[in-house]
Amino acid sequence: MTEADIIPTICNLLGPYNPEHKPLNADTDIPAELNIDSVGVLDFIMEVEDHFDIEIPMNVVSETRTVGDLARYVATQKNRV
Amino acid sequence: MVDLLEKHRGIADRFQRMLDMGVNALGVTNDQMISPTRAIVGNREIILAGTNNYMGITFEPSVIAAGQKALAEFGTGTTGSRIANGSFAMHKELEKSLAKFLGLKHCIVFTTGYQANLGMLSGLAGPKDTIYLDADSHSSIYDGCTLSGAKLVRFRHNDAADLDKRMARDDNTEGGKLVVLEGIYSMLGDRAPLADFVALKKKHDFQLLVDDAHSFGVLGPHGRGLGDEAGLEDGVDFVIGTFSKSVGAIGGFGAGNHPLFETLRYAMRPYMFTASSSPASIATSLAALEVLAKEPERRQRLWDNSKRLFDGFRALGLETGTDVVSPVVAVKMPDELTTIAKWNALFEAGVYVNMAVPPGTPNRLCLLRCSVSAAHTPEEIDRIITIFKDVVAA
Ligand SMILES: Cc1ncc(COP(=O)(O)O)c(C=O)c1O
Repeated sequence: MTEADIIPTICNLLGPYNPEHKPLNADTDIPAELNIDSVGVLDFIMEVEDHFDIEIPMNVVSETRTVGDLARYVATQKNRV
Repeated sequence: MVDLLEKHRGIADRFQRMLDMGVNALGVTNDQMISPTRAIVGNREIILAGTNNYMGITFEPSVIAAGQKALAEFGTGTTGSRIANGSFAMHKELEKSLAKFLGLKHCIVFTTGYQANLGMLSGLAGPKDTIYLDADSHSSIYDGCTLSGAKLVRFRHNDAADLDKRMARDDNTEGGKLVVLEGIYSMLGDRAPLADFVALKKKHDFQLLVDDAHSFGVLGPHGRGLGDEAGLEDGVDFVIGTFSKSVGAIGGFGAGNHPLFETLRYAMRPYMFTASSSPASIATSLAALEVLAKEPERRQRLWDNSKRLFDGFRALGLETGTDVVSPVVAVKMPDELTTIAKWNALFEAGVYVNMAVPPGTPNRLCLLRCSVSAAHTPEEIDRIITIFKDVVAA
């Protein structure tokens, strides 16, 4: 699974957090551009964790701002043996 | 230059929008306190239904006398931390008395409940450990978790199966695991299903902590909190509580039976590097605890009042935060502007409740949050219901 495969899924999962339907891509800064508060970001991350069946500790969340950052983290977790 | 405060512009705008509606729900000034349930604001008498004064104990004569005596005999403050300046005998007496009340071996008192969470969570868990916290946890739990440096995993609210799944995903075999729950959740008033979480101990290795901030003195046959109510005190390794609610004072505590518990005093920065509670705070907490132990009927009155308010709201068709009776009765609102407007109308009609909006609430909910007191009269509860009928349900 590559980052490129993961990005569209992340954009889909962001749907409920993007009521204004802003265009999303790898560079979208999730909390800033979508104006999601701290708790909202954590709720969204839970959806990503469950969709990919991986763990994304809260400590990682503060360092993952863009869709691309998150896709990269998901890819490393999915591709671990 | 980057202006440091510029990042708070959004908050300022949001606050201004509320002020523009002629409301400052976050800045009410009680000019005079008449009783645990009544205050004078400006020139009006208001019924207080958002104080967390669950036992209505703040004007108890014996408690006030104890505070006055301590103030006269021990002075206004301790002027330092217990590690640096030593303890007053009362600090130790309060810890002993609380441990006895809880049926636990050890208890450490903190200056506030917020600091109890910072201290206990950062003292128990370190960078190699993992803390599993309920998604709806209070901010003091989140902050304590951050201070610990532990790996932080959030599980779905009150969902032991979700915790099970997240624990199974974890591959950290090196460190310890701490699960953090609350007795009564502060915003919606629901309780953790303790039995489900304790049962998970058979499957996964972890220690369990319950923050009984809203349930100490309130839940269980002895008022010890969630473990007492569920008959599962042995399954709870650590209890946290505050004196700012049912005890009617200020301060917090952590308690447990662990043989190394006392060592935490030398490992918790929020205990070591802040001044200890003032003599009056300690003495009033101690005296209030005695009243709570001696007068279990207060707990009964609290539950009777809670049921009266809950049933009254339900009969009005209001949507409450939880389906079970709780001393926290939160009414769900459709959006922030409606919440502000309704809060204002309630206040104008003579009742104070808490306005709770995101991110301080779970699931982006907007709430008019009431907390019930044993000191409310049935007439006051009925008056609150009538005002909600006219203002919110209409
Ligand atoms: C769940 C919970 N924990 C801790 C606290 C902090 O307590 P204190 O007000 O004593 O700092 C509160 C309340 O404010 C709370 O609701």
